[in-house]
Amino acid sequence: MSEPVTGIVTPIRLDYRYTPGTSPSKFLRGMKEGRILGQRCASCSKVYVPPRGSCPMCGSAFSEEVEVADTGTLVTFAIVNVNFANRVIDLPYVSGEVLFDGSDTTSMVLVQGASVDEVRMGMRVKAHWVPKEQWDFTFANIDYVEPTGEPDAEYDDFKEFV
Amino acid sequence: MTSSEVLSAPHFMEFPYTRSTGPMVGAFLTGLRDRQVLGVRDSTGRVVVPPPEYDAATAEALPHDQLVPVGPEGVVTSWSWNAHVRPGQPFDRPFAWALVQLDGADTSLLHVLDAPPEQLSTGMRVRIRWADETTGFINDIACFEVVA
Repeated sequence: MSEPVTGIVTPIRLDYRYTPGTSPSKFLRGMKEGRILGQRCASCSKVYVPPRGSCPMCGSAFSEEVEVADTGTLVTFAIVNVNFANRVIDLPYVSGEVLFDGSDTTSMVLVQGASVDEVRMGMRVKAHWVPKEQWDFTFANIDYVEPTGEPDAEYDDFKEFV
Repeated sequence: MTSSEVLSAPHFMEFPYTRSTGPMVGAFLTGLRDRQVLGVRDSTGRVVVPPPEYDAATAEALPHDQLVPVGPEGVVTSWSWNAHVRPGQPFDRPFAWALVQLDGADTSLLHVLDAPPEQLSTGMRVRIRWADETTGFINDIACFEVVA
């Protein structure tokens, strides 16, 4: 303890009570049942996952509830080489943006089941859910996605989401 | 849970920053670890506590290797009563924040004063209550307490 002090740890923490609101609550109730729910915009036909009640592009109120698949396409990704607080995943790992089939928005999901040099844009993936008895009102029910082994999606089919 | 119940959950956002202290604040915190408060003499001859890296009048760098020890006791120059305690505050009961001018210092240090509200007054004498374990952090001063 004789070395001079050169650094200090100064955590900053904000404690909230989060109430998700009507549409995100539907999404979270779907999660509790192992389903991925969204809403379709009647005006522009886009399906938003999770739903927000109204379309961020055209402002229309959503009316149609949609269930999307738990398979999808990895549209883009990042290779993570530095772990951060609360994450205990073997490095390096891939954080991906997944377009679940039937959705027009991407979700950030951990990618497992493929080494980082195998992961690629267009790779077809499927959600790996935590055990059913652990399902709760959270997107964390999807532990990660893993490759399905199907042929890759064509770039033109997902380029709008990259 | 039925679909009419409102979902609600705790949610926190945390940034666990590690900060470099620089030579001057580092020396000040090293002093606290040794249970010694240090200041620096500026271009006007005043002893400033805590010590800044640069002179307020001339903007010249101040010498971090010529710090001046000041006393563990001092005088309250201003205070504020913290009636409603929030999570993470130094005490789980109401307490005072105080500006304390330590003996030998020409400026005041903001810290916690553990005293009943009826005893608080500007000009009162207080002393440092050190933490049981010092680590090189401002909380090495657990609080100030009234000099009987």
